[in-house]
Amino acid sequence: MEILMSITVGVFFMVGTYLLLSKSLLKVIVSLILLSHGAHLLLLTMAGLQRGASPLLSLEADSYTDPLPQALILTAIVISFGVTSFLLVLAYRTYKEHKTDDLEQLRGSADE
Amino acid sequence: MNNLVILPIIIPFISGMIMVVFRKNITLQKWLGVIALLSTGFVAMMLMHQIKSEGIQSIQVGGWQAPFGITVVADMFAALLLVAAFLVALACFVYSFFTIGNDKEKHYYYPFFLFLMTGVNGSFLTGDMFNLFVFFEVMLISSYVLITLGGSKGQLRESFKYVLINVISSFLFLVALAYLYGVTGTLNMAHLSLRVAEAGQDGLLTTIAILFLIVFSLKAALLLFFWLPGSYSAPPTAVAAIFSALLTKVGIYAIFRVFTLIFYHEPQITHVLIGIMGALTMILGAIGAIAYWDIRKILAYNVIVSVGLIVAGLAAFTYSGLLGSIYYLIHDIIIKGLIFLIGGTVIALTGTAKLKEFSGLIRNHPYLGWMFFISALSLAGIPPLSGFVGKIFITRGTFEAELFWLGAIGFMTSLMVLYSVMKIFMNGFWGETNMSIEMEKGSTKRVILPIAFLTVLTIALGFGAEGIHDYVSIAVEGLLDPSIYIEAVFGNNPIP
Repeated sequence: MEILMSITVGVFFMVGTYLLLSKSLLKVIVSLILLSHGAHLLLLTMAGLQRGASPLLSLEADSYTDPLPQALILTAIVISFGVTSFLLVLAYRTYKEHKTDDLEQLRGSADE
Repeated sequence: MNNLVILPIIIPFISGMIMVVFRKNITLQKWLGVIALLSTGFVAMMLMHQIKSEGIQSIQVGGWQAPFGITVVADMFAALLLVAAFLVALACFVYSFFTIGNDKEKHYYYPFFLFLMTGVNGSFLTGDMFNLFVFFEVMLISSYVLITLGGSKGQLRESFKYVLINVISSFLFLVALAYLYGVTGTLNMAHLSLRVAEAGQDGLLTTIAILFLIVFSLKAALLLFFWLPGSYSAPPTAVAAIFSALLTKVGIYAIFRVFTLIFYHEPQITHVLIGIMGALTMILGAIGAIAYWDIRKILAYNVIVSVGLIVAGLAAFTYSGLLGSIYYLIHDIIIKGLIFLIGGTVIALTGTAKLKEFSGLIRNHPYLGWMFFISALSLAGIPPLSGFVGKIFITRGTFEAELFWLGAIGFMTSLMVLYSVMKIFMNGFWGETNMSIEMEKGSTKRVILPIAFLTVLTIALGFGAEGIHDYVSIAVEGLLDPSIYIEAVFGNNPIP
């Protein structure tokens, strides 16, 4: 199961990296979302996917899954959500001001 | 257990929250900010004295024993950086009173300044890798807002790149944390240090160490500095000054922490790599610094050069090398704040950043000119000033570790740095005065105060290097011997 997850994460990273190198602002933001999905899945995978009950004490199982990575992922999701929404608004403003979403044209000139 | 340790994080955070409520009342925000910064500095100095007399201070948040809870640890290295950060933050905060403008003040400028300080102080004090990530994000998100605040065309363009590069480095940080947790099963730094020492730092752990090096290099502009010159030219002066004084230094602090506390078993791989990266950073930064005729660009490349020099001391990994690094780190926090404030004031006066368009400022602004002269000499490391002690010890450390090339590059780039800032002084301040006071776009009337404050500090730090030597040497001993840190975190509790 870990191997399958690793491959999935690898595909996420691959697609994310490819989109990151594209010219459009929006594609770059989508790539960041994909990369963070990959990172969150990787956190879950690296802690081990052994079988066990959900980490709720009322379930009274023999073993539970590791609760720590779940807490870490929850924190990371919220942070990346905040940053992504900021980035989307920033991209919107940049588009409004510069009238372009092509990163090649957003290089800036020396005479500004 | 010592509740003082957490105050440098709590005070700016809570006062920032109060400021958000009183959005319209700018006077209150200014007073509250100054009081919060002063009390943070007071607490940091108290911590310094406690650490000197009683050893490293720590607190287990919520009373959960390490490694299960979050530990906040103040060792001497962190405490020294806290004090330096407080001094430069105070100067930049006061500087922004006179320069930042009413629009930005009304749109939560001061709260975000304090949230930035929360992130910086938190990064210095945390004893937990994931918490370091969270405090990095606190710092970075505040910096995103500060760099975009105002929303001019250039700012929007550069800050998009800045945000992008930092999101990617945060993503890599998460990946590195996932690997580290997968291998060791813990995130507490002291516990990690023990686990890595027990397991022996094999190839896998060294790979993870290098991944951490890449992450922190992106934040600290160590070799991966391509984003820095553009980003640090965009924001207003006070913001650029606090960024260049503190943000890269937090990355450097993280490199020091990780490679002295956790991954110190394979110095012939990791520390040599750091040395090579530092050497390349110094050379490329110095080339950038002498290439441009734009004040902002010259100063931004100077930030990069000093990053290379500081990690050279870590690469040497000897007592003198680390001693020099810490001296230089403290000096660099203050001098980068100072020189960006002066550069920004010059740009505000002349209305241009291009050196060829003005000259002879010293006739109308003698104080500003001579303070720039002092800070330029200090930046280059001329003896009575503060840059000298750090540079000399770093060079001595690299020679002791037989990394002669690294020491030589450090010396060579010092000359290039001196040339680059003297170029500003000789072209901008000397020569024909082609701008009368009436033609100037701004004034130095009140902004001269924070600049003078930092100038006095850099002189005092140069003459009083002996005075803080005790503190710095305690910090170096802590960095060289991780067991002191581990002892302080775990105390007498059983270690799982």
